Amino acid sequence: MIAIVDYKAGNLTSVARALEHLGHQCEITDRPERVRAADRAILPGVGAAGATMENLRALGLDEVLRNDVARAGKPFLGICIGIQVLLDQSEEDDTRCLGIIAGRVVRFPAAVDGRPLKVPQIGWNRVRQVRPHPVFRGVPDNTHFYFVNSYYPIPDDPALVIAASDHGVPFCAAIARDNVVATQFHLEKSGAAGLRLLDNFCRLKL
Amino acid sequence: MIAKRIIPCLDVRAGKVTKGVQFLDNADVGDPAAMARYYYEQGADELVFYDITASNEWRGIMLGVVRAVAREIFIPFSVGGGLRTLEDMRAVLLAGAEKVSIDSGAVRDPSLIAAGARAFGSQCVVLSMQVKRTGRAGLPSGHEVIIDGGRTPTGRDALAWAREGERLGAGELCINSIDADGTKAGYDLEITRMIADGVGIPVIASGGAGEPRHLLEAFTKGGADAAIVASIVHYGDCTIPDLKRYLRAGGVEVREAIHLEERSGT
Repeated sequence: MIAIVDYKAGNLTSVARALEHLGHQCEITDRPERVRAADRAILPGVGAAGATMENLRALGLDEVLRNDVARAGKPFLGICIGIQVLLDQSEEDDTRCLGIIAGRVVRFPAAVDGRPLKVPQIGWNRVRQVRPHPVFRGVPDNTHFYFVNSYYPIPDDPALVIAASDHGVPFCAAIARDNVVATQFHLEKSGAAGLRLLDNFCRLKL
Repeated sequence: MIAKRIIPCLDVRAGKVTKGVQFLDNADVGDPAAMARYYYEQGADELVFYDITASNEWRGIMLGVVRAVAREIFIPFSVGGGLRTLEDMRAVLLAGAEKVSIDSGAVRDPSLIAAGARAFGSQCVVLSMQVKRTGRAGLPSGHEVIIDGGRTPTGRDALAWAREGERLGAGELCINSIDADGTKAGYDLEITRMIADGVGIPVIASGGAGEPRHLLEAFTKGGADAAIVASIVHYGDCTIPDLKRYLRAGGVEVREAIHLEERSGT
């Protein structure tokens, strides 16, 4: 069973539908014991870092994600806001985050070389696979994925970056460390390539 | 670099897809979920559904359409038509749409934009506007915002309303030219460019696509981030891959629709 962690901010049904389409059993839950009992956990969604962290703390899910998922070696997938809250700190609402991955989350610049940059980026962007990782199995390098974000993560250890993209500036599009994998793009909205990554995550053997 | 998006638009009446030509004379072309799947497999980047009946009695049917579509496709889609309240927006999003498109409802009650952005995030709120060169005096952009399916002039300037929508928290703007809609003579590049240059959020060009060149112009001369297509693809004049090949040859970055196995098969 895969737990989709419900932090009471986003609509999580699209991830559930994608998993069901792929034939993987999942459960949307906000209960710590259900996340602990699950084989894998996914933290998906859109939303602001401040509200996400507030809700995770209020539900006791921050400790569960740190101790019973990340540290316990349970396969974990963060999507969009779910990658950003893994780091120590986000510029969005000046939020202290989960601290599972050392680093910070910053906003895209308003302009690059005097040209205004559209923020948030909304749409399909190419993802460069900068380090081989089994979640990308079967997915060609430079495939487009669907992004909706104003902020992006910068892990302290650049070796954790497995994929990158460009929006005015180059930015980290995916991170992996042991059992923890996270993408800035929306796997559940990225067509066949997104479904394949999701399926690969569900089959990851650690 | 973000790819320019091609967004097929499906008008839905009483649960069935139609194609409105200048909002009149609709001919039935099919089942929404089947058409969604068809465009998804062709490599459409996003879809938009407009509920053109949008009366309360059809609301349940439309939500059923949204749920059926959400099971078929794994790309973003938005739903518009008659959304007047936060609860209308919530119902559509919970049924599986990625975004809501608000139009007349937002003109009547601009606080709907801010409330939607606060409740669901700006990325969920597309402010759609019908614009027309009406010749009314005192409109800096020369285009007036028209509501109620093209029937009611508002006296509002299109560019001013676009900026107001951005300020209130809209995540994207969809500019539908009533003059161009259904003509197949090309998008209204002038107002598209004016708004694209005047705001900091993505702009979607809508109305008038009749040949691939029109999309190229919308992205280059019009400065649009995305373009809505309807008849040009619905009646088989062009396919999505045709349009993308043309755009790529013209130097526009578009998403390559790749074919791969969704499952790893192990």
